[in-house]
Order: sequence, then C-alpha cells, then structure tokens
Amino acid sequence: MNLELFIPELSLLACAIAVILLDLFIQRKGLLAVVGIAGLVVSAGFTLAMWGGSSQAIFNNMLAVDNFALFFKLLFLGIAALVILASVDYVSKFTRFQGEYYALVLLAALGMMLMAATAELISIYIALELTSISLYVLVGFLKDQKSSEASLKYLLLGAIASAVLLYGMALVFGFTGKTQLGEIAQVIQAMSLSGILSSPGLILGIVLLIAGFGFKIAAVPFQMWVPDVYEGAPTPITAYLSVASKAAGFAIILRVFYSAFGLPQWLSLDWGLIFAVLAVIGMTLGNIAALPQTNIKRMLGYSSIAQAGYLMVGLAAMGASPATDALGRSTILFFLAGYAFANLGAFIAIIAISNKVNSDIINDYSGMGKRAPLLALALTLCLISLIGMPPAAGFMAKFYIFSGAVQHGLLWLVVIAVINSVISAYYYLRVVKVMWLGEPASEEKVLSSGALRIALSISCLGVLLLGVIPGFVMKLAELAAKMFKF
Amino acid sequence: MPYELVWLIFLLPLFSFALISFVLRPSLTHKPRVSGYITIASLLSSLALSIWALMEVMAAPSHNLAIPDISWVIIEGGITIHLGLIMNSLTAVMLLVVIIVSLMVQIYSQGYMHGDPGYHRYFAFMSLFTASMIGLVLADNLLFLYVFWELVGLCSYLLIGFWFHRPAAANAAKKAFIVTRLGDFGFLAAILLLFSNTGTFNIAELHSLAITGVLAGTVLTWAAIGIFAGAVGKSAQFPLHVWLPDAMEGPTPVSALIHAATMVAAGVFLVARTFPLFEHSVEALTTVAIIGGFTAIFAATMGLVMTDIKRVLAYSTISQLGYMMLGLGAGGVAIGIFHLFNHAFFKALLFLGAGSVNHATGTFDMREMGGLRKVMPWTYATFVIASLSIAGIWPLSGFWSKDEILASSLTSQPILFYLAMITVFITAFYMFRVVFMTFGGNYHGGGSEAHDKPHESPSVMVTPMVILAILAVFSGFWNVTGHFGALLGHGETHSFTEGFFGILAHPLPWISLILAGLGILLAYAIYSAKWLSAERIRGFFSPLHTLFYRKYWFDELYENVLVKKALIGGFFAGLQQIDTYGVDGAVNGVANGALASGRTIRRAQTGQLQLYGLFIGIGILAIVLGLYFFG
Repeated sequence: MNLELFIPELSLLACAIAVILLDLFIQRKGLLAVVGIAGLVVSAGFTLAMWGGSSQAIFNNMLAVDNFALFFKLLFLGIAALVILASVDYVSKFTRFQGEYYALVLLAALGMMLMAATAELISIYIALELTSISLYVLVGFLKDQKSSEASLKYLLLGAIASAVLLYGMALVFGFTGKTQLGEIAQVIQAMSLSGILSSPGLILGIVLLIAGFGFKIAAVPFQMWVPDVYEGAPTPITAYLSVASKAAGFAIILRVFYSAFGLPQWLSLDWGLIFAVLAVIGMTLGNIAALPQTNIKRMLGYSSIAQAGYLMVGLAAMGASPATDALGRSTILFFLAGYAFANLGAFIAIIAISNKVNSDIINDYSGMGKRAPLLALALTLCLISLIGMPPAAGFMAKFYIFSGAVQHGLLWLVVIAVINSVISAYYYLRVVKVMWLGEPASEEKVLSSGALRIALSISCLGVLLLGVIPGFVMKLAELAAKMFKF
Repeated sequence: MPYELVWLIFLLPLFSFALISFVLRPSLTHKPRVSGYITIASLLSSLALSIWALMEVMAAPSHNLAIPDISWVIIEGGITIHLGLIMNSLTAVMLLVVIIVSLMVQIYSQGYMHGDPGYHRYFAFMSLFTASMIGLVLADNLLFLYVFWELVGLCSYLLIGFWFHRPAAANAAKKAFIVTRLGDFGFLAAILLLFSNTGTFNIAELHSLAITGVLAGTVLTWAAIGIFAGAVGKSAQFPLHVWLPDAMEGPTPVSALIHAATMVAAGVFLVARTFPLFEHSVEALTTVAIIGGFTAIFAATMGLVMTDIKRVLAYSTISQLGYMMLGLGAGGVAIGIFHLFNHAFFKALLFLGAGSVNHATGTFDMREMGGLRKVMPWTYATFVIASLSIAGIWPLSGFWSKDEILASSLTSQPILFYLAMITVFITAFYMFRVVFMTFGGNYHGGGSEAHDKPHESPSVMVTPMVILAILAVFSGFWNVTGHFGALLGHGETHSFTEGFFGILAHPLPWISLILAGLGILLAYAIYSAKWLSAERIRGFFSPLHTLFYRKYWFDELYENVLVKKALIGGFFAGLQQIDTYGVDGAVNGVANGALASGRTIRRAQTGQLQLYGLFIGIGILAIVLGLYFFG
C-alpha cells in the first residue's frame, strides 16, 4: 500500500476542508482564493514529482498512477487554478457561501483527478459522481431563476446519464464477472469470437457506457443540456464545465476503451465507427446551431459541442489504429490541452467584459477593441485558436488530430471536419468583427482586475506557446499516452 | 556571411511588429511617427539582406542555398516537421518584390496616414503582414507555408477593416475572408492528401517525388488542383474573384501592397513554388492556363465600365493575375513569375497614384476628377508611365513580360492566345480611360468643398512613386537577354532573347503593340478629344454595358441565390426551426413560466426536460440499432 502515491489527492482534499473551515473565521474572503490556489499548486508539485516514474497502482488496482493520469491531473489542477483566479471578482459579489464556492471547485477538481486515475468500474462511478455533484451545486450558485433552472436540468439529466452508465457497468460486470479494467480485458480476450458475438448484452453494456460518458463530453445526442446549463451557470463555472469536465470525460473514455475494450480488434473497429458517426453529427450540429446564437455563452456552448466532435475524430482514428499506436491518444491529449487554454481564455475575457457591460449578448461587445484593446486582442486570439487558425494552439491541435485520422484512412471524416472548421469561422469571427469594427456603445474604458489579467495572460501565453512551439507539450502528451498502467 | 542571416530577413519585420504593438504603443502615444520609422528601418535592413541573398543565389551553381533549419515538431514514429527555409532563385526574386514594394508603401504611408488616430496600429499590422509574406515566400514545407498563408489572410482582414466607421469596410473584410477560405479549404485538403500519400510536407522532397514519378496519377492531379484552389481564392481568380473589388474599401496603401503587389500574387507564387506537381499532371496544368486566360479577359471587361478609380485597378489586378496564371500554365515558372515581378511595381505605382489623387480630391469617383495634369504633374507623369507599362508599350517593363506570355500561349494554348490578345486591347483602353478621365479635361470639383483646389501630394508620397516609376520602366530589362529566365531556370523561356531592338524584328510584338496603341487611341477619341460620345457608345452597347457594370451578376448570384436563398433561407432556416421549437422553445418556455423555484421544478418536470431525457434514450437506441444493422 503506497499511500504516498495518493498524496496529491489527499493534499487537495485537505485544502478543500481548510477553505471551508477558514471561511468561518476570515473576514477577507479573497484570502480563500489564495489558499485554494496554494493548495492546487502544492498538489501539482506532488503530482509533478511523480512524473516519469514507472506506472504503479494503489488500492488493489483501483487507481492507476501512470503518466497518463498524471498528465490529466496536472491539466485539471491548472484549469482549477485559472477558474479560481477568474472567480475572484465574480465571487466577491456573493453575500454568502464564498468558502463553499471555492471548496466545491476544489472538490470537483479532486473528483476529476480521480476520474483520470480510476481503472475500475465502481471507482469510476464514484469519481464521476463526486465531480458531478460538486458541479450541480456550482451551476446553481447564482440562485437566480436561470441559474437554478440550469442546475436542476443538469442534475436531472445527469442523474439519467448516471443511471444509464450504471446499467452499462452492470451489464459489463454481468458478462465478465470483473470490475477491474485490466481483468475485464483478460476475460474478453479469453472469450472466443463467437462467444462475444452471442452476447449482445456485452455490446449493449458498452453502448450504454458510451452514452453515459457521452453526456460528460457533450457528444450528440447526449448534449441537450449544454446550451441551457452554459447560459445559466456562473461564467467561471461554465468555463470549468466546458474545459475540465469535458477533459475528464475523455480521460475516462480513453482509459476504458483502451484498457478494457481495446481488444480484440474487430470490436475496437466497431466502436471506432460509432465515434466517427458521433463526431460527424456533433461537429455539424454544434457548428450550425452556433451560427444564429446571439448570446456568447450559448454560442460557446454549441461551439463546445462541435469541439467535442473534433475530439471524437481522434477517438475514431484510435479505433482504426493498432492498440500499440500511442499517436492517436497523444493527439487527443494535446487537443485537450490546447482547447483548455483557448476556451478558458475566451471565458475569462467574457467575464472581464461582462463585469462591466452586464450582458452576454454579442452585439453589446460592439467596439470593445476601442474600450479594452488588450481584452479584445486576447479574446480574438482565443477565438482564432478555437477556429483552428495559426499561429494559435487550435491549429496545431486540429492538425495533429486530422493528420492522424488521414493516416488511418479516415479521409472522408477529415474532409467533413475541415468543412466544419470553415463554417465555424463564421460565428467566431462575427464576435471579432463586432469587437473591432463595431461602434462602441460608450467611450468608457473597460478595466479588469489583476486576478483576471493574470489568468488571461496565462491562457493566452498557453495558446501561443502551444501554437508556435508545440513540440514540448506534444512530447509530454506522447509520454502520457504511452504509459498506461492498465 | 553565414547563411543563417537569411532568417533575419523574416525576423526583422516581425520584431518591428512586436516592438510597435507591445512596447511602443503604450509609451509613445504622443510620438506616433516613431512606429513608421521603425518599420522602415527594419525593412531597409531586410532589403539589404535580401539583395545580398540574391547575389549569393546568382553565384551559387544550382541557384540554391542550403539554410540550416530547426526541428520544429518531432513525434517519435509519427511526424517530424522541420522549420526550414528555401533560398533559391524564386525566393530571392519574390523577396525583392515583397520588400521593395512594402518599403515604398510604408514611406508613402507616412504622408497618407498622417494624423490618423490608428497610426501605430496601421504600421504594426503592416509589419506583421510583411513578415508573414516574407515567411510565406521563404517556407520550405507546405505546412509552414500554410501557416503564413493564413496569417497574410488574417492581416488582410484586419487591414481592410482598418477604417472602423465604414460598414462597407467591415462587410468587405468579412467577404474577403470567407471567400478566400473556400479556396484555402482545397489547399489544406491537398496538403493532407499529399502527406497521407508521401509522409512529407517538405516541398523539395515533394518535387523530387513528382519528378521521379513516385507521386503520380489521380493523387497528383487532385493534389495539384487542391493547391490551385487555394491559389484561385488568394489570387482572386474566377470564380472566387468577387472579394477583391470590395476589398478596395481598405486604405489605399494597403490596397497597393496587399491587393496589388504581394498577397494576391501569393496564389501565383504558390503554383510556381509547387510547379513540378503541376508539370507532371497535364490536367492540372491545363486547368491553370484556362482559368488564368479566362479570368484575364473576364475581369478586364468589368474594368471597362467602373467609375471608381480603385475598382478599375482592382479588376485590372485580377486580369493581370490571370495573365500570370496563363503564363505559368502555358510557359512555365520563369514566364509567370517575370510578369509577377514587373506587375508588382507598376501596379503598386498605379495604386499609390490613385491614393495621391484621392488625397487631393477627396474622392475615388473619376467623374468628379479631371484636369489634374497641371496641378499634380508628378502624380500624372508616374501614373502615365505605369499605364504605358501595363498596356505593354515597348520598351517599358510590362511589354517584356506580357509578350513572353503571349508567345508561350501561342504555341501551347491557341484559343487562350486570342483571348489574351483581345485583353491587350481592353487593358490599354481602360487604363487610358482612367488617365484621361482623371488627369485630362477640366476639374469637376472633387469629393467635397474642401477639395475645390487640388494640389500635388507632399514629397514623402511622391518620392516612392518616382522610385516605383523608375522600376516600372527598367525592371523588364532584366530579361532582355534572357537573364531572368536563366536564373529561374524552370520552364523554357521563349525566343525573345534577341535584345533590346532585336525583339522588334518579330511580328508578334508588333501585333500586340498595334492592339495596345488602338486601345489608347480609342480612349483618347472618347475621353479626351471627344470625337466619339461616351453616352452614345454606352447606349449602343447598352446590354453589354449593363452586363459588365453589374459584374455579370456574380455578387447577386453568390449573395442572394446561394447564401440568402439556398443557405439561409433553406438549410439554416430549417435548422433554426428545430432549434427554436425543439431547443430554444423548451428553454424559453421554462424560463418564461418559472417565477419561483417550486414552479421551476413543476414546469421542468411537466415540460421539456423529458424531451431531453427522451433524446438520450433515442440516441442509445439509434446506436444499438446502427451497430446491429451495420456493425
């Protein structure tokens, strides 16, 4: 029992508890954010110290400690830190429960760290619920009509998705008698081809798992909650949902489908095709529904559905490639990192702007280029990255995913994806156009707080670094994709 | 000097962009001129370096320098991409074009943009554009080239939309961006297609694969056509020509640099850069020649009837770019690029002249000008030189390159040759129509009261025009004895290497000279001497005039029929219905009805939430059924 391998999670849990306790005594609530970020940094330090070591497992092979998990843990910790920075202004307007807000952000991060590490069905479920329940509460934190409604919808639909997931797990368990992913893989490998073919229950179980995880990553047709929840939730939480929650969903999918159902080959080909079809529907629906949106948060909601579609192009390519090929997985990790920076940056800029103009309507961003040139420049950069244009991270990310798919014979899928990118340019650029070419509603400058500026600078730096010198992060993603414990 | 210095040619303007936008802008708001000086200094240094590079290239045995490269991305067992530069004769010539024109335009802009509140921003974007354009020219692999390809497009978008207060500018910027992206889509698809078949992005490697025949057949043809699609978008060739005339909404120096001399020529450059791919696919090469030849005459006819001086020049640019494509398709790299080289100088000069006229009169409408010959002698003289050059009058630069194109198309594409000959006549006519309407006759008052006494532009604007005029006269001499053709090497150069006077012993130059002369004479007859009435001729050719004036109804076709009716009216409206009644309706229904959270729950439970849940169920069912039937 190597409890020291669990230290990143334990330290984060301790920090979350400390934040709640400190909330009772501290008058200056801003300190809570500092404590939260400190906790995240400490946890990230512990995580970083384990990087590059051999893959290990703890708690009876329930949790894997491998580079794959560590990569995602670092990603989540970084995202959570940026979200807290972006929340400082936002939360200071709350009269109560500021400590709970930060604590819940930390607990959700903890849940996602576990999601990246779990290698066993029951603990997957628990990690998923820990994340989800924290997020349900956070979505409703504004307690106004829209926010409550969003929270409730998220809760109810999330419960349906959980039920579906649990049912899928039960079926898989019923057919294999195992819950540990590696052991499931062994049982499936031992079964004869006809044995698998004669057990449609197992296939149904896998489909239900896809549906359950599909809810998390906002894959069509499990995306219905996205626009409503994104619009109603507090904006920092929307950013959190769109980036971290989605990445966690992909982490689990990658692990489950690689470890448990990666073999035999015929099965993986099939789910590769499922992902290809889901990718086409997701990209197309997300992009086209985003076109007429007037609310920027809603627009980014649909955009995130489309981005999940691009990511699933990567999953489809993985299905078509041999199990030993780490390239497909590493492209997805790289995409998630690039997407995290760009989308967070966009949301942080939106927070800064809407703090001042009190609106999320795109037309109210008119003339932002004059009122807040740096903010507008940052938002422009992030949107360019989301389109997938150089020199931003999004270009390299899409490029990796698409070229991986082309190499595995999915040219048709890439053609659809590229057409979709062209469509998406229209609605992203509309925001750019309004900001730079529109008439400002007033001459008043839009100023942002220090915390927001730091968060925005980090995001933009990330977007540029990943776009201009992608080699370093790509190397990390590759190491992470190779080092699978199970 | 070490060859690593070539990197500096690209890095200097990039550095000046960074310096202006991040360091100087906040601290030197009261001294905006500094940003212009920095831009010019960086360009002068780049120019010196690129002249040195040209000398080295000329001296090198294969006209190719090996520049040490950088490993950009390495993925084990996957992709390795080197960041490298090609420094060969094509690069050296293009560098010269880009940097000289950019330098002249920046000097000119000091006067033209004087007092503009966005002075810093303008020079920052211009530096970024120049750096991207240089990067595009130097890049040694297609992916790297594509990055700059997109960047110049982005800069063009930002610079067209430079003048915020004009909605037309904003729309033009968007149109330019979207139309060129249609072509870019083909280019990107071609890059991915080439990569999946060869595993490399390196241009030199792709060349050798095409030459040795490893890359051949339909793959090669489709890849070449995809690349050409990108070139069609960037170089505003038919049928993606619609964006360039609208792009004239941007500041005039921007038009001179981006929309006349450099960025729009990037499409021609791209075809030249990947020419071995075209050379080994007859279909692709013929496509290039046909689209080019057709665009040349098609755009020229629209230039006949425009009254906005910049729009005439825009159509003229499209037409000349068509000539270059024809030159590439019919003759080879040297012939197409030679025209690009000459065209860059005289067309930039024409635009700067139009800007100078606008500076004096406050309008671009030629009907409000006239009589400027006496008050603006320098602008007039340089404008006439450029017009003679574009009309192809011996011995100005346009003559030398245009006759090469005509001669090469005569042997390989006779039909296109006749179209090109007619275009010579049209070109001479519309250019001198501009000259006589703008500079001849009496002054018609200009754009506003403030401009009732036009005057010559300041020397900071006139000087670059004079330098460009000198180039417009002499740049063609480079190939009088075939030096340019020998340097570019690729593709044969035709027989016009007999020297300065020797060329006049052939019949072909005489025919084109006579056609051009007739065009000028006709313009003189109608617009200067008034022997013929323009109104009556217009009445006589009324259907044709309408056809040209309405630009063959292409804008209407694209905007009203394709975009508004088919896309927005049909496809999107259908989706909108689903979105409104299926998704938004649900949300609105809930939001409107719910006042208290208790009621929210009730509404949500009885309302659309079940629908969402149902969708999850249907989705699962669909996947299972799909697997059952197709799995």
